Amino acid sequence: MGMTLAERILAKAAGRDHVAAGEFVVADIDLALLHDIFAARVFALLADVGVEGVFAPDQTVVVIDHLVPAPSPEAAAIHQEIREHVSRLGIAAFYDAGEGICHQLLPERGHVRPGALIVGTDSHSTTYGALGAGGTGVGTSDMVYALATGRLWFRVPETIRFELAGALASGVSWKDVILYLAGRFGADAAQYRAMEFGGPSVANTDMSSRLTVSNMAVEMGAKFGLFAADEVTDAYLRDHGGAGAEPYGPDPDAGYEAIHEVSLSDLSPQVAMPHEVDRVGPVEDVAGLAIDQAFIGSCTNGRIEDLRVAAEILAGGHVAPGVRLLVAPASRRVLQEAVDTGVLASLVGAGALILTPGCGPCFGGHGGLLAPGERCIGTHNRNFTGRMGSAEAEIYLASPATVAASALAGHIADPRTLGVASG
Amino acid sequence: MDNEFLRGRVWKFDHDISTDVLSPGAYALDSVEVRKLHVLESVNPAFATSVEPGDVIVAGRNFGCGSSRETAPENLQALGVACVVAESLSRLFMRNAIAVGLPVLVCAGIHAAIADGDDVEIDLATGRIRDVESGTALQGDSLPNEMLEILAAGGILAVLRNQRGT
Repeated sequence: MGMTLAERILAKAAGRDHVAAGEFVVADIDLALLHDIFAARVFALLADVGVEGVFAPDQTVVVIDHLVPAPSPEAAAIHQEIREHVSRLGIAAFYDAGEGICHQLLPERGHVRPGALIVGTDSHSTTYGALGAGGTGVGTSDMVYALATGRLWFRVPETIRFELAGALASGVSWKDVILYLAGRFGADAAQYRAMEFGGPSVANTDMSSRLTVSNMAVEMGAKFGLFAADEVTDAYLRDHGGAGAEPYGPDPDAGYEAIHEVSLSDLSPQVAMPHEVDRVGPVEDVAGLAIDQAFIGSCTNGRIEDLRVAAEILAGGHVAPGVRLLVAPASRRVLQEAVDTGVLASLVGAGALILTPGCGPCFGGHGGLLAPGERCIGTHNRNFTGRMGSAEAEIYLASPATVAASALAGHIADPRTLGVASG
Repeated sequence: MDNEFLRGRVWKFDHDISTDVLSPGAYALDSVEVRKLHVLESVNPAFATSVEPGDVIVAGRNFGCGSSRETAPENLQALGVACVVAESLSRLFMRNAIAVGLPVLVCAGIHAAIADGDDVEIDLATGRIRDVESGTALQGDSLPNEMLEILAAGGILAVLRNQRGT
C-alpha cells in the first residue's frame, strides 16, 4: 500500500523505503526550533548531560518571541542566557526580540522545505505542514535528546484526510474552516494522528490560509497538519528566499483511517466559545455579546493578509467606546509591509493599540491580559480557562474579519453585515 | 521503575484539562517548587496542597491538551502523582510525560467507572486497572515497549545519559 504524507515524511527521515502507521521509528531531524520560554532550559540541560555542541548548528533555529520586549528582569535575564548559548553554539539562525513569532519566521525566512521533519518546543509547530513539512511539537527533554543526537523516536501516526470542496462565501475565511472542523469533529478527533487537507477547495488557497489551518491542526490533537506541496507552495518558497519545489503529496493508494468530505460553500463565519476550541458555532449564535477586548495577531492570524482584512473593515471607522483593540503583527516584515501599504495607518487611525511582533497576550504571558469578568474576542488559537490572564475571563476565537467587525461594534458582530470581502 | 504495579488514591478530573490549567503561563519561568503550587488551581484549588505522593489522576478525554509544556507532567511528578489515567491523552502531554518519566495510561471507560477518592491498582506493563473499593476492573491500552523502556530508565534524558555513559 502507498504512503500518506505523514508516512512519506517519516520514512524518509528514518532512512526507510516504507513505513506504516503504528510503527515506531527513530528519525533524523531536519530542523529544530527553540523559543525563549524553553531555549535556556534546553541549552542548560544539554550542558548538564555533557554535550558540548548541537548536532547541526545550521539546522537549529532559535527565536525570542514569547517574552518580547522583556516584561520582567527575569525574562531579560533568560534572553541574555539564550544569546550567550546561541553565540557559543554557533547558531546563525537566531531571531532576537521583535523579529517575530517563530511559526511566522520559519516559513517567511525560508527555513521550511516540503518533506522535512521539523521539531519545535512549541505545540503550533504543526504550522509547517502548510508547506508539506512534518512539523510537530516536543518538550524540552525530547529537544535535548534531538539536539544531542540529531534523532528522535516517533510513532508513525494514522492519517485522517479532509476532502474539502466548494468556495467560501464572502466574509468567510479559512480560520472559519478550521474552527468549523474543530467544532464538528472535536478537539481530540485527530489525537495522535496526522491530518491531511486536500480536495478542490485547497488548490486555490493561498499560503497564508494554509498556515492558519495547519497551525490549528494541533487544536484537534494532531501530530501533523499537512497540505501537499503544489504550485502555491512552489511560488511561496521562491518568494521567500528559497528554491522552488516539486509537487510533494501522498501516494494515490495511501491508506487512511478516515476520509471526511466537507463542503465549505454554506459556511458562516465561525466562533469558538469559552472555554474549548471545539465549542464552535456560527457567529449568528453569539452576535451581540458585549466585548472588552479584541485581539488581532498570533501565529494563527497575524500575517499581512489578516491585518489587511482588518484594516479594510476598520478604515475610516473607530473602535467602539470601552473596547481595546490590540494588534500584534506576526513579524517585523509583516509590520513593515503594514507600514508600507497603509494598513497600519488604517489600524492606528481606528484606535488600535499596536504591539511588538510576538506571542505576549495569546499565551497569557503579558501585554493585554484580561481581568475577571472581561470578555475578549481574538484571532488566536486557544480559549482555555485562564489562557489570557484571569480564569474568570472569557475568550472567543474568530477570524480577523469577525474580530475587526466586533471591535467596531463593541460586541461580537457578523462581518458580512458590514459588506466586507473575505480574508 | 522497579515496581510497575502502582496503587494510589484517585483525584478525578473532567474532559479537556489543558496545560494552561496544569502549568499556567504566568509561572512559566518559575521553579518547579513554585509551579507545582498552581497545578489545577483554576479547577480544584485544594489539589496542589492536598495531593499526596502516590496519588493517581483519573481524567476524561483529551487530558493535557494545549501548549507543549513539559512543565505540566513535571509539576504533577513534583507533587508525587504516580500515574495519569485518562479516556484519552493529548499527544504532547503523553510524549512529555514519557520524556520526564511520569507513567500515563489511556483507558476507555475509566472516567465513568472510577469514583473520586477510590483506591486503584495499576499494572503498567499490561494496562490493567482495578478499583480496590468496588472491585471494578478495566483494561487500558498497554504502553508499547519503546515507551516502557524510556519510563523504566527514568525519562529520555536518563536514556541519553546511559547512551553517552555520563
